[in-house]
Amino acid sequence: MNWTLALPELVLAIAGLCLLVAGVVPKRPMHFAITLGALGSFLLAAVLVMGQGEGVTFGGLYVADAFARFAKLLVLAGAGLGLILALDFNEKSGIARFEFPVLLVFATVGMMVMVSANDLMALYVGLELMSLSLYVVAAFDRDNERSSEAGLKYFVLGALASGLLLYGASLVYGFAGTTNFDRIADALSSPAGGSLGLVVGVVFVVAGLAFKVSAVPFHMWTPDVYEGAPTPVTAFFAAAPKVAAIALLTRVLAGPFGDLAAQWQQVILLISALSMILGAFAAIGQSNVKRLMAYSSIANVGYALMGLAVATDAGLRGLLLYMAVYIAMTLGSFSVLVAMRRDGRAVERIDDLAGLGRTDPVMAFWMAVFMFSMAGIPPLAGFFSKLYVFLPAVQAGYWALAVIGVLTSVVGAYYYLRIVKVMYFDAPAGAFDPRPAGLSVVLTVTGLFTMLFILFPAPLIAAAQAAITSILG
Amino acid sequence: MGGITEMAIGLGHYLTVGAILFVLGVFGIFLNRKNVIVILMSVELLLLAVNINLVGFSSVLNDLTGQVFAMFILTVAAAEAAIGLAIVVVYFRNRGSIEVEDISTLRG
Repeated sequence: MNWTLALPELVLAIAGLCLLVAGVVPKRPMHFAITLGALGSFLLAAVLVMGQGEGVTFGGLYVADAFARFAKLLVLAGAGLGLILALDFNEKSGIARFEFPVLLVFATVGMMVMVSANDLMALYVGLELMSLSLYVVAAFDRDNERSSEAGLKYFVLGALASGLLLYGASLVYGFAGTTNFDRIADALSSPAGGSLGLVVGVVFVVAGLAFKVSAVPFHMWTPDVYEGAPTPVTAFFAAAPKVAAIALLTRVLAGPFGDLAAQWQQVILLISALSMILGAFAAIGQSNVKRLMAYSSIANVGYALMGLAVATDAGLRGLLLYMAVYIAMTLGSFSVLVAMRRDGRAVERIDDLAGLGRTDPVMAFWMAVFMFSMAGIPPLAGFFSKLYVFLPAVQAGYWALAVIGVLTSVVGAYYYLRIVKVMYFDAPAGAFDPRPAGLSVVLTVTGLFTMLFILFPAPLIAAAQAAITSILG
Repeated sequence: MGGITEMAIGLGHYLTVGAILFVLGVFGIFLNRKNVIVILMSVELLLLAVNINLVGFSSVLNDLTGQVFAMFILTVAAAEAAIGLAIVVVYFRNRGSIEVEDISTLRG
């Protein structure tokens, strides 16, 4: 057993425990120091992930491969940038408690275990470590009625999703005779494989994971939780956990259940199409910008799942690229939402953005870049990420899905461009409070990535290709 | 032969009990209009249904993995119940009620 393969997770878990003790023992407020410590441990974990070897360890429970590395780096980037967003917001909202960074560290450990899971048990434990931390984080503004309600809703529906996933896992175990992904694949490829019980189990597992990625018809918690949770928490939810859950879904379906592709492809096709349609149309009437972003994230998950529905090499590569670009666009636009604070109070209506082009031209410019990118306007990253999933769909003959994707992007463009219109052409609603330095950093990093992706797409595409080869090969 | 025939309790029976408990749990979450605590109980029911399945399969397959999985689920269920109750307490302090119908500040 080669435990050093799991070094990034082990180091991050131990760092989380140390940060917890460091937060409890001193008598003074430790929020800032613990946040810096958490950021440092994310960085350390990212370095360890890059130097990580490849192989299977812990009795087949844990796998380290190019796919896990790609997803883990995305997760760590999302978690780190999300934590930077929260730093100043929490201080101003009076929720600057050291538990926040510690919980995010544990959630991140859970996500890393998820993407490295090679067994249904490891999958479950990773997923729960992430979910349990996120339930608490959603209700972190505990004296706020809406935040606690968001936490409660997220908990109830998340627990139901875990139940569905587990029920599916128990059926898979029963009918395949094992929980190990490699041996499930063996059992399925044998002539006797692929019994009805196994198919039912897979459908339950997909339903449980669809809850976590908030795909239609399992999306109903998303708008409420996104609206109620504190804004940086919403930003975190929209970024890292989504990537981890999508990566997990990809690994489970393309790996052990690859031989059942004909069955699960239909389910994913339907989920993808419904998510795109609902995400596009339900966002139109929203006046709360966090709720709008919730529907936008549902639509984005739909586009990403198109790559999985196609299930070809190019489709899965497109899925990973989509998630990489999505995480940058989402965190970028959320850093603008986190900055929406007037006279010390957080505001979150679309009308509150009015006149931002005059009161804060820099922030308005980046927000416009993110909105154009999400709408899929060519030179920006969002166009290419959509291209990389639409093109494989067309090549594999899924015309209907690609057409739905293009049409819903046009509908989506309406509400993204409305934000640009409100920022530049409406009468100013008054300036926001000065923007803290951390937000500017996130805004610039994600903005430059979104704008300059066209110049340097090759390394990211090569990394995504290597990742896909490692699970399909 | 008389009224009582010999009948062994097999895997099918365990799976049926598991399925019934699972469906009860799901209905408990969706049809319950009264109290959040009932939802927490329903969640436990879901997890226990899964445990029955796992242990049943484990015994039939003659393989310990299922029982190990069940232990993991029991442990995580305890943590989940603790966090769920904590969130319910926080919610009650803000709203003074845990009626399911009152949980409706957020909608759009």
